[in-house]
Amino acid sequence: MSETQTDRTLSSFTKHLRQTEISLPAHLITTSLNELNGKSFPTTRSEAWKYTRLTKLSKLSPTLASKQDGTNGTPFAIHSTGNFLVLENGAIHLDASRFETVTGLTIKRFSECNAEELQHIGSLLTLENEPFNALNTAYLQEGIFIQIADKVQIEAPIELIHLLSKVECSATIRLYIHVGKFAKAEMTIGTWAAGADKSILNAVTEIHVGEGAHFTLQKLQCEDEGNFQICTEEITQDKDSVFTMHTVTLNGTLVRNNVRVRVNGTNCETNLYGAYLLKGNQHTDNHTVIDHMMPHCNSNELYKGVIDEQATAVFNGKVFVRKDAQKINAFQSNGNVLMTDTAAVNSKPELEIYADDVKCSHGSTTGQLDEEAVFYLQSRGISERSARNLLVEAFIGEVLDKNDNQDFVAKTNAILNERFGWER
Amino acid sequence: MITIKNLHASIDGKEILKGLTLEVPAGQVHAIMGPNGAGKSTLASVLAGREDYEVTEGSVDFDGVDLLELSTEDRAREGMFLAFQYPVEIPGVSNVNFLRTALNEIREYRGKEAISAKDFMAMVREKSAIVELDPKLASRAVNEGFSGGEKKRNEIFQMAMLEPKLAILDETDSGLDIDALRIVANGVNKLRSEKNATIVITHYQRLLDYIIPDVVHVLYNGRIVKSGPKELALELEEKGYDWIKAEQEAK
Ligand SMILES: Nc1ncnc2c1ncn2[C@@H]1O[C@H](COP(=O)(O)OP(=O)(O)OP(=O)(O)O)[C@@H](O)[C@H]1O
Ligand SMILES: [Mg+2]
Repeated sequence: MSETQTDRTLSSFTKHLRQTEISLPAHLITTSLNELNGKSFPTTRSEAWKYTRLTKLSKLSPTLASKQDGTNGTPFAIHSTGNFLVLENGAIHLDASRFETVTGLTIKRFSECNAEELQHIGSLLTLENEPFNALNTAYLQEGIFIQIADKVQIEAPIELIHLLSKVECSATIRLYIHVGKFAKAEMTIGTWAAGADKSILNAVTEIHVGEGAHFTLQKLQCEDEGNFQICTEEITQDKDSVFTMHTVTLNGTLVRNNVRVRVNGTNCETNLYGAYLLKGNQHTDNHTVIDHMMPHCNSNELYKGVIDEQATAVFNGKVFVRKDAQKINAFQSNGNVLMTDTAAVNSKPELEIYADDVKCSHGSTTGQLDEEAVFYLQSRGISERSARNLLVEAFIGEVLDKNDNQDFVAKTNAILNERFGWER
Repeated sequence: MITIKNLHASIDGKEILKGLTLEVPAGQVHAIMGPNGAGKSTLASVLAGREDYEVTEGSVDFDGVDLLELSTEDRAREGMFLAFQYPVEIPGVSNVNFLRTALNEIREYRGKEAISAKDFMAMVREKSAIVELDPKLASRAVNEGFSGGEKKRNEIFQMAMLEPKLAILDETDSGLDIDALRIVANGVNKLRSEKNATIVITHYQRLLDYIIPDVVHVLYNGRIVKSGPKELALELEEKGYDWIKAEQEAK
């Protein structure tokens, strides 16, 4: 092979960064530093990065940039009511945020947490051979701790805005969310870039969904073609809980999402929905794991992508059903439409089942738009462009329509209109 | 309405239409019959602008415009409508939604304002009644899970909505039971006027009992080889096409 696998060291990436000042458990910092020391970025030789090249990212030596005075979060806010918290270049920006006190909801910085609260952070995050998790520990800039008290229902979605606004900067952020027993809440995370280039967001979110709780996380990834993001979500579900996640990727030069859900209780429901609409030279990689450790649970996973121009995508979805996890219904599906000959996708749905009484299905499809359907629509007076749009919308609409949050859907549609000229 | 002269068209290098000439004046209904593989659907596809076909010779004048110069959508906007022999299923795209888009793009082309939601819905109600199409089907995804007969009725419903100058019905009668046939034919007859024309492609004379044609043409081996009054259809049904073939070979 003629490709150059430049093994760029992680230390050249971190040379302008500062080791974390947050009092995370000491052994996590030690392990992370060991993981980074003398090591290189993973190459396409490693299974987890087989189809996602980190070459461009590994050449960066980003700096820490601070927030800027006049920043206004409102234009980026997806919801018109409720809290939103702005993190600009990894720094919390209270002046740009909107804050209302909500009974039963605690939002604070890791620096304001006590030792007991801090000890949960990172407890389930894999650091070995996960350089971005190690970076997110040893070089953590800011951590936000969110707690929803038992039996509380939070009406307005809690919104977080990640904004990159400087050139070649690094934003390293951790979220820890604890959803109390029988509580119900919804969270929205938007990732944006304005005035940034060659910058990278490394965001890790740890979520504990308590017994009988309902939690929905919806992410709108809208950086631009100059910036990178690596997101990791580690979710644990206790019994009788429902966790739903929507990941909508509309922009970003390289977006990697690692989602792992440990279904660690009986009678749980897990829904993972993903939509990616890519063009230009974008690359999006969704790696998901649903780990059924206990019996009597249902999981649904549907990811769909529309890949235009030279863009590329990866889907790697694993569903594990452990030995004692009987009576599991697990459904997984990934569908892709390639709009050009140069667009490409690597899709790998995987099932690993060790229990015998389960119902699981998985599948993956990749194809072009149905040209017969395009002709049919054109023959009714619809332009070729609108015909293709109608078909693409119908395809991706199946997954976008899973989200019933009107604000989120409206924002998604507005961006689709702006970026692709689609009207939904 | 339409004047086709010496039309030659091929697909994948194989010539299918071999010098076809046909004229259909406004206010008339012409039937085209002919054996399987004669080129009837090919003619419909070429007129609708399917790009798989290459027109190598000939001309088509459509109410004063050079049809062959237009894109598929512009042909529709000029008033051409094709009821497909095999209508495609389009999952996720609702019938009414796509028809509103179509209607508005056509209106825009003609310099008219977009239709209001209220007027549109009234139109859907009126036109679906003409073909006795269940209004529920009108709002479902295009043809998805429709029975064969429902698909054909949906074609006529779309025709009613778009009010074309020239409608080409490609075997709209095949697969229809007698009731559905009557309904479809009724729909076509209600939409007939002095200003529009219809080409009915069929294998069966029975349709022509309901939609009375002014002229019946026989398409054989890529050309119109015989034209006559409606009685020709009866003769073809009785005698088949062997005598036509023999006549042609004798020439
Ligand atoms: N891609 C292709 N390459 C070569 N020949 C083709 C291709 N597509 C169609 N044909 C041929 O073109 C001829 C005409 O087909 P067409 O569908 O127009 O016939 P038809 O008169 O509509 O027949 P039917 O009564 O069965 O509907 C047939 O012989 C068919 O096999
Ligand atoms: Mg045919």
